[in-house]
Amino acid sequence: MPELIFQLAIILTKIVTLTFIVVLPLVPLSVYFERRFSAIIQDRVGPNRVGIPLSLLGFKKDFHMFGLVQPMADGLKLFLKEDFTPAHVRKAFYWLAPALTVIPALITVCVVPFGSPISILGHAEKLVIADIDAGPLFVFAVSSLTVYGITLAGWSSNSKFPFIGGVRSTAQMISYEISLGLSIIPVLLYFGDLNLSKIVQHQADNGWLLLPFWNGGKIGLPDIQTAMFWIPAFIAFLIFTVSIFAETNRMPFDLPECETELVGGYHTEYSSMKFALFFMGEYAAMVIGSALIITLFLGGWSVGFGLDQHISRLHIGSFHFGGLIHMGCFLTKLLAFILFFILVRWTVPRFRYDQLMKLGWVIFFEAALINVFLAALIIAAPSLSTPIIATGAILLAVVTGAIIWVAKVSEDQPKPLRA
Amino acid sequence: MAVVKLQRPQLKLGEKIYFGALIKGFILTLGHAIRSLRGKSVGAKDLESSGLGVTMQFPEQRWDSHLPDYYRGAPALVTDEQGRERCVSCQLCEFICPPKAIRITPGEIPADEPWAKVEKRPLEFEIDMIRCIYCGMCEEVCPEQAIYLRKDYLITGLKRTDMLHDKKKLYEIGGVRTGLVNKWNELK
Repeated sequence: MPELIFQLAIILTKIVTLTFIVVLPLVPLSVYFERRFSAIIQDRVGPNRVGIPLSLLGFKKDFHMFGLVQPMADGLKLFLKEDFTPAHVRKAFYWLAPALTVIPALITVCVVPFGSPISILGHAEKLVIADIDAGPLFVFAVSSLTVYGITLAGWSSNSKFPFIGGVRSTAQMISYEISLGLSIIPVLLYFGDLNLSKIVQHQADNGWLLLPFWNGGKIGLPDIQTAMFWIPAFIAFLIFTVSIFAETNRMPFDLPECETELVGGYHTEYSSMKFALFFMGEYAAMVIGSALIITLFLGGWSVGFGLDQHISRLHIGSFHFGGLIHMGCFLTKLLAFILFFILVRWTVPRFRYDQLMKLGWVIFFEAALINVFLAALIIAAPSLSTPIIATGAILLAVVTGAIIWVAKVSEDQPKPLRA
Repeated sequence: MAVVKLQRPQLKLGEKIYFGALIKGFILTLGHAIRSLRGKSVGAKDLESSGLGVTMQFPEQRWDSHLPDYYRGAPALVTDEQGRERCVSCQLCEFICPPKAIRITPGEIPADEPWAKVEKRPLEFEIDMIRCIYCGMCEEVCPEQAIYLRKDYLITGLKRTDMLHDKKKLYEIGGVRTGLVNKWNELK
């Protein structure tokens, strides 16, 4: 019985620390970074004033903290605003929708490995809430529930712009879910495992998937098979990253809420904290999406360059704190990727709806399929005889050519209305 | 009008792949970010930037020395070299003021004062700065060159009464203005 209580206590501590102390603050932090970084890109300053108002307590100067308290002030403002429910909405679903967008994004936190195991007094503990053997599948299953939140918000608002936003979002998310799922099959083939902790451990030992330049603690060039696999891995990375952008409704694909066409999109009718929940859900999805990309392709918590084993061995007495350094590394990578998200937002203009659908269904879907076969061929090559490999390669080339031809032919030419 | 048929431009393979344009875009935005952080954005020098982008950070840094001569700030009454109140309370500004921000109580100059022949001066002259729209019509209409729009732009107050500029305050803002036409002086 005490054993069980101890286990429960550990699980609860992990949930509270990792979700509410590590991930949740990342949401306002990324909002802050979004505002500051976009300001810097546009030659502005951005919010740099809000800090700790020491002058209220009698001190001479305020402590501005580079404006880091700004998101808290914004959140407070949203709390204090009137929570207005229009008379024409479908109440139950209108209230359910904001929660449905935030909760899935936060649930997926539980399979993300934040660092290597920490051990105290000989008791090792993994820095992941649920170390399940179906990590990526769990993430896809849960995070695709977000679409219900947006769809319900659009539908229950009972007004035309939110409705169009909701419908667009449904179509977009379903389309990109497919390429999202297909694109990581090569990765899973390569690792031969669905457990995210083991995937990251493998990358820490043998080099990151996109940077395979060390093996077992030694820096060096990868062997020929790993080098060949870099090509499908990179294609998978591209498709996965772009699909994550589409899944999180970020800028080049933010059609569900494009201001220029749909007023506010699916959250037009929302105010106060319900609107803030949508906002939080979007950023939480962004955080989780980048966490997943980092975990699968960029080595997760691994520092790289063969340093991981040394870091894991660091200890003061019986307290092995290497895991905390790894966690810091993971969060650094996460913030860097969030900055990349923001950079993309201010670089790439929004796609038209048909371009979005074409990119999803005609280009990424096929590319991901071909990529699966390419990856399988490269992985299986050592155990196959040369003629079979050659046949496979030729078949792959023919299929690729055929698909490109079909895509080209199916592209409808703009016809003049009158000759 | 002749109908002009436009042909969509034929994209080359590199342009169709789209990545080249993306990378160009990244270089552009990152270049802006780096230049902005180094305080070397285009125009940062001319705009006296704070060292981040081209923006001047207001309460610490001010644009005051760059304000053009035609800048329209708070309206104020002026006195001339002889120390005479130029306003003769003709009430033309009160009449022309579009938002009715000006209120004048005319008063007489006693006969024993040096400028008695001007006959009138304002007993009270109030401009409600909450109403004022800085249009400058009072300045234009004044036949005595008595009211001018100065470069003061920070007109703030905690109460409504703070925003009501009375005669004392208006002369304080306006100060002495030289080089005006002195039509009330004695002929030499």
